[in-house]
Amino acid sequence: MSAEPRNGGRVPAPLLGLVLAGGRSTRMRTDKAALLYAGRSQLERAMELIAPHVQRAYVSVRADQGQDPLRARFPQIRDLQDNLGPIAGLLAAQAAHPQAAWLVLACDLPLLDAATLAHLVRCRAPERCATAYRSSHDGLPEPLCAIWEPRSAAPLTAYVTRGRQCPRRFLLGADTYLIDEPDPHALDNVNTPEEYRSVMSALLPESTSNPKHITVQYYALLREQAGRRDEALVTQARTAAELYTELARRYPFSLPQEMLRVAINAEFRDWTAPLRDGDAVVFIPPVAGG
Amino acid sequence: MPAFQFTRTPILPEQLRAALADPACGGYCAFEGWVRDSNEGQPVRGLEYEAFEALGVREGERILAEAMERFGAAHALCVHRLGALAVGELAVWVAVSAAHRDEAFRACRYIIDEVKHRLPIWKKEHYLSGESGWVNCERCATAPKQAEREEARHVHDHA
Repeated sequence: MSAEPRNGGRVPAPLLGLVLAGGRSTRMRTDKAALLYAGRSQLERAMELIAPHVQRAYVSVRADQGQDPLRARFPQIRDLQDNLGPIAGLLAAQAAHPQAAWLVLACDLPLLDAATLAHLVRCRAPERCATAYRSSHDGLPEPLCAIWEPRSAAPLTAYVTRGRQCPRRFLLGADTYLIDEPDPHALDNVNTPEEYRSVMSALLPESTSNPKHITVQYYALLREQAGRRDEALVTQARTAAELYTELARRYPFSLPQEMLRVAINAEFRDWTAPLRDGDAVVFIPPVAGG
Repeated sequence: MPAFQFTRTPILPEQLRAALADPACGGYCAFEGWVRDSNEGQPVRGLEYEAFEALGVREGERILAEAMERFGAAHALCVHRLGALAVGELAVWVAVSAAHRDEAFRACRYIIDEVKHRLPIWKKEHYLSGESGWVNCERCATAPKQAEREEARHVHDHA
């Protein structure tokens, strides 16, 4: 650990974390931040990965996502501009903390591991605009697993003012310090259900169950606590009980599973009944008809 | 008409009971559940019913079939209100016709008891105090919230 500071002795800007979870997930057709990997949402996983490297980690959200229960549990930075893509999140973060450098992480990088992130932080060049990985696919900078220094803020604002919004092209034109990925697949991202299935099969031993597309409807108290009436999700849960356990980590459910019943495809079922692709699940809180 | 139904408009028993008329039946029994102005000592302003209708209708039909089978009733109907109801409104209506009064009484009692226990229907009471709560859910629901508040206070104290 004898690495010399690269900035000629100046103290690097403090590093804050920004997890981007404001995308519209149009190709996945379900909220990517909520996709479950090994029982945790992508957003929770990204927040855990980033935490050891930063003084504080924030979730970047669109203006209309602040109340979403999945995101509401984390400190947030709200986009100030619409339809700018990921750059809006970065600009809002730089505006909120102009003295800080930002470790930016997209939440949809399921193969990203702690070692890859630690390598990036170790290689940080604070005297440059940014430190980023060079993509193993096309050689271009990876803007959404990168460190953005405070000095990138002014040129980035000017870039957006010129009507541009591609962070990759910005980094290509800036004095970005580019490093190679230790693992060529660590930054593969996941945008479609097909990519999700492919990544899941890469992540999991064959004995583990395959991901299933499940719809869940919420009623009464659970509807209020989930903040939604229904959702479509992809899960590895083998049973309704496992699915409830997963969802109870995402939402502030107050009812223990023992107090609920479960229906699959509009029939009461055992909690241990196997879930199948396409099933519609309803968790039934204590009833009070009549 | 299906024997079990949900409705978002007022239940009109005088129109419904004609469906139970049968020259072979000498007994007719109906039960009406009304919205009461208090629950467990709290004054109630009104309430809301919500149901998982697809399962509720299936399970309701099963309850009615069981009642007719067990007690030998000839006809049975049940209608349950959904949505916002004021004190005094009719929330659930059960009616049975049978050859004799005993089958009608027993089948009617069976249906309302099973409806209360088995159907995926939830009731949110709005109290005069301005508070509201999901019946049978809140007692267990408030405990973790209290624990969270205490945890938050604990963290705050030591911050």
